Amino acid sequence: MCGIAGICNISSSESITEQKLAAMIDMLYHRGPDGKGFYVSQGIGLGHARLSIIDLDTGKQPIHNEDKTVWVTFNGEIFNYIELRDELRKKGHKFYTTTDTEVIVHLYEEYGDGFVSHLNGQFAIGLWDTKRKKLVLVRDRVGIVPLFYKQEAGSLIFASEIKAILAVTNEKPRLNPYALDQLMTFWSPVSPNTVFQDIYELSPGQLLVLENGKISKSNYWDWQFPESEDEYSSAGVDDLADKLHELLVDATKIRLRSDVPVGAYLSGGLDSSVLTSLIHHYSDVPLRTFSIGFEDAKLDESSYQKEMIKHLGADHSTIKCSNSDIADNFQKTIWHTESPVLRTAPVPMSLLSGLVHKQNYKVVLTGEGSDEVLGGYDIFKEAKIRQFWARNPQSKFRPILLKRLYPYLDLSKGQAYLQNFFGTAIQTPDLLWFSHLPRWETTARCKDFFSSDMKAQLNNDAIDRIAETFPSSMSNWHAFNRSQYIEAKSLMGGYLLCSQGDRALMSNSVEGRFPFLDHRIIEFANRVHPKHKMKVLNEKYLLKKAESRYLPKSIINRYKQPYRAPDIPAFFSSKGSPEYVHALLSKEKIADYGYFDANRVERLIKKINRGMAIGYKDNMSLVGILSTQIWHHTFIENNN
Amino acid sequence: MSVEEKVRGYILDNFLFTDDQSELSSEDSFMEKGIIDSSGILEVIFFLGEEFKVQVEDDEMVPENLDSVNNLVAFVEKKTK
Repeated sequence: MCGIAGICNISSSESITEQKLAAMIDMLYHRGPDGKGFYVSQGIGLGHARLSIIDLDTGKQPIHNEDKTVWVTFNGEIFNYIELRDELRKKGHKFYTTTDTEVIVHLYEEYGDGFVSHLNGQFAIGLWDTKRKKLVLVRDRVGIVPLFYKQEAGSLIFASEIKAILAVTNEKPRLNPYALDQLMTFWSPVSPNTVFQDIYELSPGQLLVLENGKISKSNYWDWQFPESEDEYSSAGVDDLADKLHELLVDATKIRLRSDVPVGAYLSGGLDSSVLTSLIHHYSDVPLRTFSIGFEDAKLDESSYQKEMIKHLGADHSTIKCSNSDIADNFQKTIWHTESPVLRTAPVPMSLLSGLVHKQNYKVVLTGEGSDEVLGGYDIFKEAKIRQFWARNPQSKFRPILLKRLYPYLDLSKGQAYLQNFFGTAIQTPDLLWFSHLPRWETTARCKDFFSSDMKAQLNNDAIDRIAETFPSSMSNWHAFNRSQYIEAKSLMGGYLLCSQGDRALMSNSVEGRFPFLDHRIIEFANRVHPKHKMKVLNEKYLLKKAESRYLPKSIINRYKQPYRAPDIPAFFSSKGSPEYVHALLSKEKIADYGYFDANRVERLIKKINRGMAIGYKDNMSLVGILSTQIWHHTFIENNN
Repeated sequence: MSVEEKVRGYILDNFLFTDDQSELSSEDSFMEKGIIDSSGILEVIFFLGEEFKVQVEDDEMVPENLDSVNNLVAFVEKKTK
């Protein structure tokens, strides 16, 4: 990965200087510490911070075509660049580097804006066509690589991270209250919103064109699912498993293309175990793996990691994360996420990328995306049980299936309360967001802490408006596919790939690669019937069928453990709290920043200090409030 | 302080994080209003034990006993007779 930035005049005639671009690129040093480059011409400036991974010698960006009429600044990887370069050479294109980046300018010459559909990769692209005075911004299909923009004073400013835009904006940054409302419901703002007022992200799968003073956006790709039973693949489950395996092998192989060594994350879960097995069996790359463990045994997966290391003979490094590690690194993490968070999980992911960096690795493969693409999350199971229950809402036996999903639930105790929670919307099982309503309603309780001023600004409930972002065909999709779509577009795109993904990785100049998010796998899996993804309540059934021959049975059959990190205990312990926590959660600071009700926050802290804050709501509220205070302190109060 | 005042005070302080009495009526269903979730009910049960020495049996963990201020007050009074 790298960092990109640029400014393009829309109606402004102000000259764009390299100095201004450098101010932006300097904010992205952590994304690209290996060098920087600029292209400045009338009305346009492109900047680049480089993390050298392919063509270490001649890959300096921005890169141009044969006659220097097309220029590109590029963050990411085009994994099929070798095949694309061969095709383009046959068509007569001349290359002056061996980079993946250079295929972009030649593809653009061949196909215009349609060039993007030829790319298999993860990318944010800024391309300038000097003949047409046309800027093209593109982001990858699922949102692995970030790209933000802002219109200001007749110019379009864009960058990999918002802090680069803040470096040159003349407007004082402020919170977008609607985006915080969305974040405290769905875990992230709904794309294209960011928590910064008037700064937007380019949505995954989107292309923006600025030409003749006009900006237009179009979607070149989205998750699509069958609208009727006969649109699902008719192949048998064995054939489907073979095809999935074949795709996974290729998706992994092309993600090992690199001029620097490539490692892999190994959590001990199914997905990272599959990936490391594929690397082991189908490539010559020495298996180098990295993992994180926790002091808290309930969150720790070290035993499974050790089993896989032994099974594969990997050269492995691990790091143990303590509660104080989280508290000590939380402020820095929020500087990287540029957004409040509801869980501390991005912090250990940053510590893990720090370990990778220290071991002189720049690239890791990770299993992220498998749960969304192949049906692994508990929320899918939960929705399936609730749908089944909804067919007979009076049944006392149907909700007992929830015990299969959450074995630790004691349904004999407080059954009415659990049934009330999971029975949310049970009278309306056709609701498009039926699967996610319990989670969203629980998360939205964080908003009870909003100040009266904040509440007064929010006229509409975030959940009521979410349907505006869904495709019209969604009502015809299978309920399982709807929940996959919502999960991919909200939690994965808005949080897992950003705060917990790219930002945590790039905080230590490490590039993550995601074989399960190869668009060929997504398009294949979206045509696989849900019954093959989750057989009864056996999650990722097709993946297990495809890959079980390479994995120990204990990994295949293990209870799925969600990745979690300590929340409240990280900040409040018998030893007290860090000074910044005291300061930012003080009544004065809460009242000063104005987002939350100081009295309510004070009562939450008293409850925490009594040792009585044990529920999801209290944990998410505390992390959400603290991270919002840090965000304000960092980007609004101290923005220079 | 009456049982009702203690119960109301606890729910307001612990789940609504306020002392504004107008935010909670004695008839409000904790579940319907989203005031208490499934883990929160355990906190209520701890509270009943600590404050009133009331032990809640498994078959008593039903909304009729626990799901509003009025229900809690009636339950505590029944158990402490």
